[in-house]
Amino acid sequence: MADTPLIQLRGISRIYGSGETEVRALDGVDLTICEGEFVAIMGPSGSGKSTAMNVIGCLDAPTSGEYLFNGVEVDNLTADQRALLRRHYLGFVFQGYNLLPRTSALQNVILPLIYKGLKHSEREALAMQALDKMGLSDRAHHDPSELSGGQQQRVAIARALAGRPKIVLADEPTGNLDTKKSAEIMEVLQNLNRSEGLTIIMVTHEDDMAQYADRLIWMVDGKIERDTPTRKAA
Amino acid sequence: MLWETIKLAFQAILRNALRSFLTVLGIVIGVAAVIAMVTVGQGSAIQVTADVEKLGSNVLMVMPGQDALEGGPTASVAPPFSLRDNDHIQEQLNAVDLVAPLSMTRSRAVFGNENHRTDVVGTDNRYFSAAKWEVARGRIFEPSELQSGKPVCILGETVRKELFGLADPLGETIRIKSLSCEVIGLLRSKGASTFGSDQDDFVIMPLKAFQRRVAGNSDVSVLFVAVHKDVSTDRAKEEIERLLREMRRIGQGEEDDFTVMDMKQIATMLSGITDILTGLLSAVAAVSLLVGGIGIMNIMLVSVTERTREIGIRLAVGAQAHQVLSQFLVEAIVLSLIGGLIGIVLGLALGLVGANALSVPFTPDPQIVLLAFGFSAAVGVVFGYFPARRAARLNPIDALRHE
Repeated sequence: MADTPLIQLRGISRIYGSGETEVRALDGVDLTICEGEFVAIMGPSGSGKSTAMNVIGCLDAPTSGEYLFNGVEVDNLTADQRALLRRHYLGFVFQGYNLLPRTSALQNVILPLIYKGLKHSEREALAMQALDKMGLSDRAHHDPSELSGGQQQRVAIARALAGRPKIVLADEPTGNLDTKKSAEIMEVLQNLNRSEGLTIIMVTHEDDMAQYADRLIWMVDGKIERDTPTRKAA
Repeated sequence: MLWETIKLAFQAILRNALRSFLTVLGIVIGVAAVIAMVTVGQGSAIQVTADVEKLGSNVLMVMPGQDALEGGPTASVAPPFSLRDNDHIQEQLNAVDLVAPLSMTRSRAVFGNENHRTDVVGTDNRYFSAAKWEVARGRIFEPSELQSGKPVCILGETVRKELFGLADPLGETIRIKSLSCEVIGLLRSKGASTFGSDQDDFVIMPLKAFQRRVAGNSDVSVLFVAVHKDVSTDRAKEEIERLLREMRRIGQGEEDDFTVMDMKQIATMLSGITDILTGLLSAVAAVSLLVGGIGIMNIMLVSVTERTREIGIRLAVGAQAHQVLSQFLVEAIVLSLIGGLIGIVLGLALGLVGANALSVPFTPDPQIVLLAFGFSAAVGVVFGYFPARRAARLNPIDALRHE
C-alpha cells in the first residue's frame, strides 16, 4: 500500500509575474508521494515550500509541468472538478487556522460535510466525532474567538478530518503555537498517520516538528535540494 | 441543493447580523423615503385638481389692470370698474349667465369682546349663485337692502365661529370699521382650499353699503362671471375682452387695461406649483435613494476582505464556485427583499401620515413603489453579488490570502 503513488509531480513550475519581476516559486519540481506517507517539507523563506503544498492541494495552479493525483491528470480538470477533488480527497490545516468567524466550532467542522451532501443528522454526528477526537467536544458551541490558538488549530484539524480525506495538507500548523501546544498537535497528526494510514504532507520551518514525519524534503529556490528519511525514520 | 443554499444564506445573514442590518437599513431608507415623498406629492397634485374643479370650470374673473409682466397698464393706473360695467356685460353677452360685482378689503370685525380680521366683501345676490354659496341659516339680501345699501351682513363659517362661538348670531349686530351691521344670514362651510387658505373667512354685505360706508368710493374691483353652461370659457373670454375694449375705448394696437382670468389658468398655475413641489420632493427622495444605495455599497465593499476569505475557505473545503455564488446571491436577494418590504410598508405609512397631515388624498403609485424597490434591490444585489463573483473566480489560495 505504501508503494501506490498518490501524488506525482513532474517538472512542476509556478511562476509569479513576468519579465524583470518574474519570481519562480517552483522551478521544475519532481516529487512522488505514496499513500500512507507522512512527509515534511522544509526550507528557508521563499523556497517555495508553501507554493508546493498549494499546488498539491489544488488551491493553486502550476504554470507548467504535469501533476497526477491518484493517476488523474489534474491540469486537465476544470475549477469545479478540482473543487470535487478537494471535497472528497483533501483536508487542509492552515497556519492561520482559517475558521469562519462568528461561527461555532461545530458549524466550522460541518462546513465541508455540507458540500459533501451529507444528511443533516449525519453531518452533525461526524463533526461531533471529529471534535471529540480532538478533545474539543465541550467546546463545540464556542465561536473561534472564544477559543485559544491551540484549540482553534484543533478545530481546524477536526474540520480537515471530518470528511475522511485521503490526504491532509498542513501548512505550518504549529506556526502560531507554543512548544507544548505544537507537540500536542504533532502527536495528533502522527497518530492519524500511524493508526489510520492517513497521508500527511506538512510544511514547517521547525526541525523539531519535521522530526514527527517519516520523510523530509528540503527545498531551496523553488527546487528540491534533499529528499531523505527523517532521523527518527532512519 | 437549493434548500441547502438558502439555509447557508440565512446562516450567513444571522452570523453577520450587523452587516445584514445595515444593508437592510440602507434599502429601507431609500425605499421608504421615495415612496413617502412621492405619495404625498402626488396626493397634493390630485387635491389641487379636485379643488379647482370644485370652484367651477365655468367661472371667469375680470380685474382692471394687467400683470406688470404682460406690458399693459397695471391695476394702479387702469381705471376701475363700476356697477354699470358689470350690468352692461351681463345684459350684452348671451354667453354669460351671471356677472357679480365684487369689492373687497381687509378689516377687523368686532362683536362684544371678540374681534377677528377678515375679508369684507361688497356684492349682491348674484354672487351666491355664481360662486355656488349656500345659505345655512337666515337669508340672502332683500332687493330693498341692496337698493338702499342697508348695513346688513352674511357671515362665512369662520367669522361666525370666531365672533360668536356657541351663541346665535342671527339678529345680532357686528361692527366693521365704523359701520354697525346686522347679521341676517350664515353661509354653509366650503372648507380650506388646497393651499390652506380658508374660503369661509369673510363677511358679505350689500355692494352699495360697502362702497359708501367702508370703501368710500363707487369702484368694483372684480367682475365674477358665471359662463353659460353650453358656452366654452374660451369663447366667453373672447367676447368679454372684445366688449370691454369697446367699453373702455381701447384703440387698435393698444394693450388691454384689464385681465380676464379663467379657472383653467388658475388651475395651470396651481398645478405648476404642485409640479414644482412634487419635483422637489422627488429630488429629495432620489438623494435619499442614492444615500441608501451608497450605504449599501459601503457595507458590501468594506466587508469584501472578510467575504473573500470566507469564499476562499469554502472553496478550500470543496465548495464549487457556483455553490458559493448562489449562496451569496440568495443572501443579497433575501436582504433586499426584507429591506424592500419594510421600506414599502414604512414608506406607505409615512405617506399616509403625511397625506393626512396635509389633508390631501392618499394615493400610492405602484410604479414608484416598484421603481424605488427595484433600484435599492438592484444596488443590494449588485454590490453583494459582484465582489463575491470576483472572489469565487480567484485561485482558492488567493482568496484565502486576500488582505
